[in-house]
Amino acid sequence: MIHVPRWQIAVAVIAVVFAVVYSAPNFLPSSVSWLPGDPVRLGLDLQGGSHLLLRVDSDVVLEERLESVLDEIRTRYRAAGIGYTDIGVRQLTGGLTLTDPAQGEQAQELAEEADETLEIDVESSGRMTFRLDSNAEKELRISALSQSQEVIRRRIDETGTNEPTIQRQGDDRILVQLPGVDDPERIKRLLGQTAKMNFRMVDETASIPEAVAGRVPPGSELLYEDDGSEQGIPIVVRRRVGVSGDNLVGAAPVIDQNNQPVVSLRFDAAGARRFGDLTTENVGRRFAIVLDGRVISAPVIREPIPGGSGQISGNFTFETASDLALLLRAGALPAPLVILEERTVGPSLGRDSIAAGTLAGQVALLLVIIYMVAVYGLFGVAADIALAVNIALLLGILSALGATLTLPGIAGIALTIGMAVDANVLIFERIREETRRGRSPVSAIDTGYRQALRAIIDANVTTLIAALVLFQMGSGPIRGFAVTLAVGVFTTMFCSLIISRLLVLAWLSRTRPQVLKV
Amino acid sequence: MRLRLIPDDTTLQIIPLRRHAMIGSVVAIVASAVLYVAIGLNFGIDFRGGILIEVRIPEVPQVTEVRGAFEGAGLGEVAIQEFGEETDFLVRIERQPGGDEAQQAAVETARSHLAAAFGDAVEYRRVEFVGPTVSQDLLRGGAIAVLLAVVAMLLYIMFRFEMAFAWGAVVALVHDVILTIGVFSITGLEFNVATVAALLLIVGYSMNDTVVVYDRVRENLRKYKKTSLDLVLNRSINETLSRTVNTTVTTIMALGALILLGGPVVQDFSFAMIWGITVGTYSSIFLAAPLLLTFGVRRGAETPGPKAEGERAA
Repeated sequence: MIHVPRWQIAVAVIAVVFAVVYSAPNFLPSSVSWLPGDPVRLGLDLQGGSHLLLRVDSDVVLEERLESVLDEIRTRYRAAGIGYTDIGVRQLTGGLTLTDPAQGEQAQELAEEADETLEIDVESSGRMTFRLDSNAEKELRISALSQSQEVIRRRIDETGTNEPTIQRQGDDRILVQLPGVDDPERIKRLLGQTAKMNFRMVDETASIPEAVAGRVPPGSELLYEDDGSEQGIPIVVRRRVGVSGDNLVGAAPVIDQNNQPVVSLRFDAAGARRFGDLTTENVGRRFAIVLDGRVISAPVIREPIPGGSGQISGNFTFETASDLALLLRAGALPAPLVILEERTVGPSLGRDSIAAGTLAGQVALLLVIIYMVAVYGLFGVAADIALAVNIALLLGILSALGATLTLPGIAGIALTIGMAVDANVLIFERIREETRRGRSPVSAIDTGYRQALRAIIDANVTTLIAALVLFQMGSGPIRGFAVTLAVGVFTTMFCSLIISRLLVLAWLSRTRPQVLKV
Repeated sequence: MRLRLIPDDTTLQIIPLRRHAMIGSVVAIVASAVLYVAIGLNFGIDFRGGILIEVRIPEVPQVTEVRGAFEGAGLGEVAIQEFGEETDFLVRIERQPGGDEAQQAAVETARSHLAAAFGDAVEYRRVEFVGPTVSQDLLRGGAIAVLLAVVAMLLYIMFRFEMAFAWGAVVALVHDVILTIGVFSITGLEFNVATVAALLLIVGYSMNDTVVVYDRVRENLRKYKKTSLDLVLNRSINETLSRTVNTTVTTIMALGALILLGGPVVQDFSFAMIWGITVGTYSSIFLAAPLLLTFGVRRGAETPGPKAEGERAA
């Protein structure tokens, strides 16, 4: 008789119990809650939801940094009496031309003092260029990425989305997954704004027609004020920031005394002081509330506002006021975001996919079960039981791992059903051959399992390699598929080598057949 | 009565057919290459970029009405296709000129045109857009993945068998991949990330089949040291034929269920798999094994592998 180690029986029993217990929640109504496991987590393509891949345009951060470095250099050169023209930032490089090229050495020293992370190049013609060195550049980009991730998380949390996933990917990407969101328009709108806000004085001495014609006074810029139209009303605003949005600690939509939606603001201590000073010094003048380079409104200061809170009125509906308040609470993004990829699945398609996938899986299972019995008789029954355990084990492991089941994953399970019997087919064919060569039943079965082992392992390793490569290349649904496939390889080997073998051996020791009919 | 697709004493003369098989395969490979160059693959938005919207419109409009909704939208080529139910339509919009931002704007334009034509009754079952950056990444990633899989298989077979086996297996694999690309060219079925996943699985499956035959070849080479290589190969193929056919049948049953019942989203994937598995089964029998004659297997020398077991079986 073939010896069966006790541990094999124990392992088999444990596996079957685990498989039944952990896969059960997938088949039972959710009211049955005393089981330890949860149903397998469904991917966005099955439960519905939105997948957004965003790119953080961190060039903007680099350019801002260079702009402020150039400001610093300007100040120093003015103090040192160094003349220059043609100053500005282009393509991540700051540049200026010295009026007197002989001052090059001094200019370089001063620039180095202004910022030590600069790589400075001075040509004999007097043209100077400034770049951030690669370390500083990398640091800025990484911090822009992590800040963006944080701000995105805060903004999405404010919308009340359940269990969003916000992950960094690579050097400049952020993956946002929003289960259950089938209309991501609002979230896309919220993520589409950097929401940099500040309060600045309106330049009332400037002539608007002159500015529109391109002659803006130095220290000021031409912006447009929202009036509901596409373009807005031109307005000239000083560049110097009075109070920055960074000093905000709270924002909420409220209805003012005229029954108009407005956004009420609260500043931190420093912001409150600055805001108080600004309003005290400028009673009777206009200041502009600038959001992402656009003026929301430019009211006249009627009296000093010392308390650290204020209100923004503008062309708001209650919804836009709420969104603005949300953006101000969550903070500004360091750089604009670009949506590279969107995949949104509505709940009805998800439901249909689950229904179709489940039906296909069941039919596949049924067909394979019938075929195996038709071809291998009682041995086929053993393979079928092993197959049932296999599917339960696969679902149980996926549930316990917290892996995500996607539509391709369901296809993977259906495919596993087809391929899972391969190991048993190999074994049974071998047993058949050995029997034909005149071996006794016991010997044929023993040799069959042993001889087939090598081919089974080789064959499954190849599938595993394919699954690993899939996991490596894939995103979202394809990864789910790869995980399903890989787990399927292990459960299949286990079930066909241990479970089906134990069943066949149990049958063998009970009936002790003289002739084997495979 | 047991079902026997392959009778027990089957001895098909496969090895003598090898020239015909190879000529057939070479012709098929050349034809696939020509089709690929002449027609090309119908890349889905994954690889080409663009927009895909699946809508459900309860009042059952005609395809022409849905197409009419996009008139004057300025979105370039818009393809409309009934998808599954008669209320469901798949709208494909070509990649918009401009960068990633332009795709996002076009999605909004498309939605507003649909809303103008059919009102609020339109249900968005799926909205996907892929910008040029991501589509290029995906295309490169897909190509690398298929290459990586083939190389990984090559290495594994080199490790488990000897060189001749590895080359034979890889030729069979490349054959399967090229023929699958050929069939996607000629049918115009959408070639997307799921298709690449199918290609990888085909690589895995074809390898699986090949390994089973090779395993038997290796065993028989030890068992029948005096028999000529072509007879050993023919014998090995026949001995494993029943297994090969049974596994192919069960796998195709599962895939057939997926094609017929799995819903339109997995149909193309399942079709690719069925084709690939059929080709893969053919190539394991008619290419991978006969190629061992071409590449030359060392005989008599110690071959790596579990020798003791092989002798016990003999």
